[in-house]
Amino acid sequence: MSRLTRRIFLFGSASIAGGVAFGAYKVATPHPNPLVNAVRDDGVTFNPWIMIDPTGVTLITAHTDVGQGVSSMEALLLAEELDLAQDGFETRFAAPDAAYFNTALAAEAVPFMPTDTSRTAETMRAVAGAAVKLIGLQLTGGSSAVPDSFDKLRQAGAMARETLRAAASNQTGVSVADLRTENGAVILPDGTRIPYPDLAATAATTTPVNDVRLRDPSEWRLIGKPVPRRDIPAKSTGQQAYGIDLRLPGMRFASVRLNPAKGGALNGFDATAARGVNGVQSVVPVTGGIAAVADTTWAAIQAVNAVDCDWAPADYPPEQDAHWDALSASFTEDKLDKVWREDGEVDGEWPHDAEVVEAEYRAPYVAHQPLEPLNATALVTEDGAEIWTAHQIPQFAVRLAAKAIGMEPDQITFHQQFAGGSFGHRLEFEHVIRAVEIANQMRGTPVQMTLSREEDFTQDFPRQISMGRMRAWSLGDRVDHLEIDIASPSVTRSQMGRMGMPAAGPDLQIAAGVWNMPYDIGRLRVRGYETRGLPPVSSWRSVGASSAGFFAEGFMDEILHVIAADPIAARIDMCKVDYHRKVLEAAAEMSDWTRPRPAGTGLGVAFVESFGVPVAEVVEVTDTPDGIRITNVWVAADVGRVVDPVNFENIVQGGVIWGLGHAMNSQITYAGGAAEQVNFWDAEGMRIHQAPEIHVRGLENAPKIRGIGEPPVPPAAPALANAIFAATGQRLREMPFDKFVTFA
Amino acid sequence: MDLQINGQTHSVDVPEDMPLLWVLRDVLNLTGTKYGCGVAACGACTVWIDGIATRSCQVPAAYVTGPVTTIEALGQTPVGAAVQAAWIDKQVAQCGYCQSGQIMQAADLLTANPTPTDQDIDDAMGGNLCRCGTYVRIRAAIHAAAKALSEDKG
Repeated sequence: MSRLTRRIFLFGSASIAGGVAFGAYKVATPHPNPLVNAVRDDGVTFNPWIMIDPTGVTLITAHTDVGQGVSSMEALLLAEELDLAQDGFETRFAAPDAAYFNTALAAEAVPFMPTDTSRTAETMRAVAGAAVKLIGLQLTGGSSAVPDSFDKLRQAGAMARETLRAAASNQTGVSVADLRTENGAVILPDGTRIPYPDLAATAATTTPVNDVRLRDPSEWRLIGKPVPRRDIPAKSTGQQAYGIDLRLPGMRFASVRLNPAKGGALNGFDATAARGVNGVQSVVPVTGGIAAVADTTWAAIQAVNAVDCDWAPADYPPEQDAHWDALSASFTEDKLDKVWREDGEVDGEWPHDAEVVEAEYRAPYVAHQPLEPLNATALVTEDGAEIWTAHQIPQFAVRLAAKAIGMEPDQITFHQQFAGGSFGHRLEFEHVIRAVEIANQMRGTPVQMTLSREEDFTQDFPRQISMGRMRAWSLGDRVDHLEIDIASPSVTRSQMGRMGMPAAGPDLQIAAGVWNMPYDIGRLRVRGYETRGLPPVSSWRSVGASSAGFFAEGFMDEILHVIAADPIAARIDMCKVDYHRKVLEAAAEMSDWTRPRPAGTGLGVAFVESFGVPVAEVVEVTDTPDGIRITNVWVAADVGRVVDPVNFENIVQGGVIWGLGHAMNSQITYAGGAAEQVNFWDAEGMRIHQAPEIHVRGLENAPKIRGIGEPPVPPAAPALANAIFAATGQRLREMPFDKFVTFA
Repeated sequence: MDLQINGQTHSVDVPEDMPLLWVLRDVLNLTGTKYGCGVAACGACTVWIDGIATRSCQVPAAYVTGPVTTIEALGQTPVGAAVQAAWIDKQVAQCGYCQSGQIMQAADLLTANPTPTDQDIDDAMGGNLCRCGTYVRIRAAIHAAAKALSEDKG
């Protein structure tokens, strides 16, 4: 019987704008449904996210679950329209495939403000989206899983539901209008239930119903409701397996050490001591380092640490001070990356009676270090390879792994895993490449390569180091002039270079979260400067906005303080965007901002829009004899629509703690070409005794649905700095703050 | 050597200095206990030895002196079951990787102190890192488990 499997239905602006640059036909041409090859002969697949066979319903999760709950969220969107009960299906991660191209990621990579909904801006977003679709880029990141999924998966579920109704009509002779769906079954007028699996065979020969109406929010059973996340029971009972927990018959364990001077060569090594470690099977070279294969991860780690290595020196400045010097030297015309914002005559005359504030801010490198260290399991044979790991760009993991061992990407099968955290760490490829290099030297034997925590810290491509130089003046009652210049390595260029896609053009990330500030300031300019010659950097949760947001909102407090303006009232007053202003107003109300606090207790506010999401945070601190204690944080964020309020609150709280903790005590500094910080004692982030109460409110006034993974991060550090100033009078212009204050 | 894990005796042939963590994970394939740091900085490897929460990355196999309980068996104890139920009810986990260790430690706390204050919780749980930042919910879940356990007794 034929399967109606090859038609994919197009959703979102990409299909509408197809004609603009790439030709309507080429963009409209669908990517084939990869489930065609996965579905059983007696099953049906309508689209890349749904498979039904006589044994049940399987929903595909296209994105990587790094703790943000996509495996639940995506199933929920499909189940909403498909009328599935929460225990009526299984989920499975997608194989890497162009059909899972990310429709939301490119939209915010174009240089238009998220609040700019002009035809030009929307067209350019659609063009960028169309390009992503043509390439078929499947990527998890940029807080894009929800906006990527929200319309697409509901359409997919609705289309499948309507086709199942049509199939039931064909099968029973009852007209479609008299059939309804509920709990994974089509219900006949007499109450007879036909579970979807029993309709699979008929559905496979039923003309698909494409013309579907999405349900009104008033009809939702699941969206917007507190639905328990599917993965939480397993994660609460030690049953959840991560990549590092995979156990295959005959599998060996391995670990790797690369040059601590990132990217540098290994000139030579002596593995005599390493080979003597109890349990070691072999010590083999990999690109830029060595690997040990053993009967336990522990023995493999002992062994790689026992190899005597002759490392080449770093090809970047070996000492940290020189990194800051490089940034300092970047504010020159020849290193100007782009003027991202210019309102008014910024270079015009200065009134000589203006209050002027100037400051330099610094944000260090910070490591990612999710709790599950980087690992990948690989099996290489003569014919091809299999890889098991959690990765956010699986097509590129496959491509780079194939290249490393002289194979073609289509010879490699990739098995996505749940990740024990990422924060951007699982966007990089070094561990996957080394795992296949090892497996390629022991073909036929699966090998699980795990980095020791120390090696993971050492090899982390951290958040960009960044320096901000700001100047502002006021004639007394408002901010009249604000200049923000930011120098930083280009994260985008660094990452895309490793992906084999050298990126030309200015890097939006250098000024992210700042150039798009919604404030009405008479003269406002934001410029990005690119610093070259520094070691690799990578996307760290909220990317450029995490450092730039600190600069802008910490400095905004300085000029507002000089003119004795209330930090929240002034921001609300300056704010040009209605739904942004509501976020600030909500934070003011939640925190009871105007209630006086006792001496030694201070409130600080910060507002940053990143990934299209405006977030205002108020932090409350108290100066105690043991140090600064953070007592409360209030967060208001507008994502357009909150899909799951419980998970939303959890992710926001987590993002706040991520931002605060790193601002308090974490950095990566280089000495002798290597990162000095090698385990959590050196860069802890926040521990439970430092965690404040965190109160969260999700607003829904924004015009488009957005994701929440990253946006809570950028306001945290500046709100904390501003609160510490309010409580103690000490201004903090550099992270980590524990260089200057003690935290209780 | 013989190790008693979750009520079963296992005969293992491992170097004396191999940390219990790796015996569990790589020899016995009990992967619920996690490797996070290897230096007792993160608590992901927490198990009970003789009913006391211990960082298994710091205990050489030869020095395991009593029966070991891991996350896989914790739910069989009343305290463990209450903690796990609270963890699910309060939707604590994000990535979940730290939660085995958190739960082992929390169950240890509630066994020793059925009515912990926030300070007691901070003191007991301070060695367990959560990079995802679920601390607010961990506190709430411990309070909820304590309440449920006291109601069971009452």
